[in-house]
Amino acid sequence: MKTYISTSPELTRRSFLKTTSTLAAVASLAQGVFAAGDETLKVALIGCGGRGSGACDQALSTTGPLKLVAMADAFKDRLDSSYNNLKAAHADRVDVPEENKFIGFDAYRHAIALADVVILATPPGFRPSQFEEAVRQGKHIFMEKPVAVDGPGVRKVLAAAEEAKKKNLKVAVGLQRHHQKPYLETIQRLHDGDIGDIVAMRAYWNGDGVWVRPRKDLEKKLGRKPTEMEYQMYNWYYFVWLCGDHIVEQHIHNLDVINWVKKAHPVLARGMGGRQVRKGIDNGEIFDHHFVEFQYPDGSWLSSQCRHIPGCWDSVSEHVQGTKGKCDVSGYKIEGEKAWQFSGDEGKDPYQQEHDDLFAAIRNDTPYAETAEYGAYSTMTAIMGRMATYCGKEMSWDDAINSSIDTFPKVLGWDAKTPTAPDADGRYAIAIPGKTKSF
Amino acid sequence: MILAGEAAAKPVDFVTDVKPILEMNCVSCHNPEHAEENGKYRIDTKEEAFKPHKKDLRISPGHPDDSEVYYQLLLPLTDENHMPPTKLKAPLSKADCEVIRQWIAEGANWPDGVTLKVVMKVEFVRDIEPILEQGGPIPDKAKETLRLWLAQGAVWPAEVSFPSAKATAGAAGAAAGQIDFGRDVVPILAHGGSLTDPARETLTKWVDQGAVWPADVKLGAAKGGAQAKDMDVAEQIHRVILAGSKEQTPADMKIYTNTIPGTSVTYAMVPIAPGEFLMGSPATEAKRNVDEGPQHRVKIDPFWMEQCTVTWNEYELFMYPEDKPAAPADGTTNYTSETADAVTRPTKPYVEMSFGMGKEGYPAISMTQHAANIYCQWLSAKTGHFYRLPTEAEWEYACRAGTTTAYFFGDDPAQLGEYAWFADNSNFKYQKVGKKKPNPWGLFDMLGNVDQWTLDQYDADYYKQFTETVTEPWNKSVKPYPQVVRGGSWKDEADKCRCATRLGSTKAWKKQDPQLPKSIWFLTDAQFVGFRIIRPLKVPSAEEMYKYWHSGVEKE
Repeated sequence: MKTYISTSPELTRRSFLKTTSTLAAVASLAQGVFAAGDETLKVALIGCGGRGSGACDQALSTTGPLKLVAMADAFKDRLDSSYNNLKAAHADRVDVPEENKFIGFDAYRHAIALADVVILATPPGFRPSQFEEAVRQGKHIFMEKPVAVDGPGVRKVLAAAEEAKKKNLKVAVGLQRHHQKPYLETIQRLHDGDIGDIVAMRAYWNGDGVWVRPRKDLEKKLGRKPTEMEYQMYNWYYFVWLCGDHIVEQHIHNLDVINWVKKAHPVLARGMGGRQVRKGIDNGEIFDHHFVEFQYPDGSWLSSQCRHIPGCWDSVSEHVQGTKGKCDVSGYKIEGEKAWQFSGDEGKDPYQQEHDDLFAAIRNDTPYAETAEYGAYSTMTAIMGRMATYCGKEMSWDDAINSSIDTFPKVLGWDAKTPTAPDADGRYAIAIPGKTKSF
Repeated sequence: MILAGEAAAKPVDFVTDVKPILEMNCVSCHNPEHAEENGKYRIDTKEEAFKPHKKDLRISPGHPDDSEVYYQLLLPLTDENHMPPTKLKAPLSKADCEVIRQWIAEGANWPDGVTLKVVMKVEFVRDIEPILEQGGPIPDKAKETLRLWLAQGAVWPAEVSFPSAKATAGAAGAAAGQIDFGRDVVPILAHGGSLTDPARETLTKWVDQGAVWPADVKLGAAKGGAQAKDMDVAEQIHRVILAGSKEQTPADMKIYTNTIPGTSVTYAMVPIAPGEFLMGSPATEAKRNVDEGPQHRVKIDPFWMEQCTVTWNEYELFMYPEDKPAAPADGTTNYTSETADAVTRPTKPYVEMSFGMGKEGYPAISMTQHAANIYCQWLSAKTGHFYRLPTEAEWEYACRAGTTTAYFFGDDPAQLGEYAWFADNSNFKYQKVGKKKPNPWGLFDMLGNVDQWTLDQYDADYYKQFTETVTEPWNKSVKPYPQVVRGGSWKDEADKCRCATRLGSTKAWKKQDPQLPKSIWFLTDAQFVGFRIIRPLKVPSAEEMYKYWHSGVEKE
């Protein structure tokens, strides 16, 4: 293991003396890590889409001096429009000269190097390597969910999270329900035993589906045929190596809530799924529905549905049954002996709150690293669900997390080979339950 | 534009930098005539401007933070001492505040003898656009306004949509030094944003030479892109609608049910006869809010109004253009209008926008006013009828249906449950449309269930200006918030579901949209907002149609 003994004057800061009691801890502190409340924090945005720009907007809306100093994206037009929007919203906090705008697959390394805090908001397939690099460079991190799309990615994130703890880095994961007042109060009551032991759970993300970016639109934009890599990066939601399928990219929120309630991750998954409606030429390789049963260590079962099909029964919610009552978790409502319904002020927008909390932890040097761990476990829960629906077999947690199926390309580049390629009709191989390799 | 960093580099000059700011923002109240009711303070002469206020200094040379004139600029907008008063004027830009700060910090030099007068602050939408919209020579008064606008930087906000579509090249061979509108002016006006100095000079010359704007020269296309396309679409739709309009008089108007072409989804339209009514509520009405008065007489032209609010069945046809439903089984043609397909559609929302409350037969919700407007445009193209949102006045006229009480059935909230879904009976969610009793004119769910978008900008004082009968009032939007919704919803108590209750939209309705920029189509935090459409009997011009469908303030 590399060590990061800092010789920077930051080491003498009051906040460090306050919290570091052992030599080992001091030795592991990375260069550039500091926590003085009045320090101007330098922020880098990696991944400049709508959500990345939004996360950066929220970071720049926290209190205390800070500046956006670097940006990175695979596509220049995304970066430019993000820059313009951020500049318009935070003229005095955006200071990104042209030479600090990095484009391409390697852009993130350069942007990370210039910052104290990095926002990782690219498609999730890139998250493990970018998180690993940000930790290696000793930066505080906000990373969007999910944090990976396969077992090897989750293992990489867990290892880096361990390293981040040693380096006293603050890490936040964009599972904003953990910063949403009514969720916090509801789950506190469940943890206090208000409905007894929780014996059955349900979670849903059934909706109409998200955006599609057709190949012909990209061709029009570029004025030439895009390479396969360009197309997959552009229409990333529909490719497993980039997105993880919607069970990972979206339904993770609901699975994460159940893990939070249960204070555990599942040990087993059985499921089924497929593509019934959304199977157009620009819908890549992902399923449009998954139904998974997850078993928890105490033997209780979670049944989980996620669907991207318009015109069906829709719900984005979590519900749990206890021995002494039941709870509509997302409705903040308990029925039973200790009936209760959340009322009153719902608190700050949770997307803002999660940044307020992270930056407060950085400035006050309070512990803030466990989020990476539960973020990784919740991500893995969703991945295990996908593995179960793709292969049709029973998946154990251990097999899933130790899976050797690495979906990431061997080489990155606009002309590089993509992990999956279309046939002559422009269609991709779809997972076939019973035949697709399990792990 | 002066950036804070740049301003610090060179000292400010009172006459060129500070005077215009004070003249445009302060002198209209702080002058000899109005000082009495405005803190007894005048800022029009040096002597008056520097007079102390009790123990405090209005302007303390060298100490901006101790100067009332400066720090009142920085107060929160909600603070009643914020200057300029938020009710009267927009707050100063950061750059302007910085100029004031720097001027005071540098000693607040005010050359002797320089006095200030009121200068109108030109607003593009309010002052310039109407001038630019008219063809032919521009009247002297309008020319003055144009000249002022040029002097103030001639800012043409890039996001301001321009209503016309065609650009023409200038007439060739205009004499040297003579400004030619097509050749010289159109390209400048087409550019958007702030103008360069040479461009401004050209414009100034053009104004001096009479500011002729040939009636046949229109700008939109030169501005390029989306606006031109939208105007073209509006013109296409207009042609289709003119060709298909049969009804000429209110007597021709009957209730009708229409099937959205190419689908089996229907909606019903109820005729609303023209008439006059008393808008707003009397001061004596229980639970009444001040923004509901004063009551004033309003004259309304005839229109049809949708019997129920727009359902997901209807709205999803607009949301998902690629998923064309199969042709109806009765063998009618599967007509899809290419024009309708040219209307911009919403981007798909990331979250599920019915929030699990049901779709089939339930009201569509969570759309922005912009999305509701574009739905009207799309449906117009689809059907060949001109549809739009109601104005606030049209909505209240139809809701009251000739009644003058708090609710259209009387004043007793105990009866509301027969007519409306609201907090007492909704089970905390919206319910299917058309399940309660209608109002006297046959409109369902006018009160409760979902709030309904109107076309108007919300202004609590809007009614105060009307002293005599006003015809078809419409407070056009000039900013993204607030816009008016009416009728109350499933989450409201009875008093919020009265005919006169008004509600303005706020940024909080998009609070949890985690993206930047936030969606112009969807509201993440307004599960109580829907809409219904109207169809005026009189078919307006293509440009008017465009104005109804595009207020131009959808971006925040």
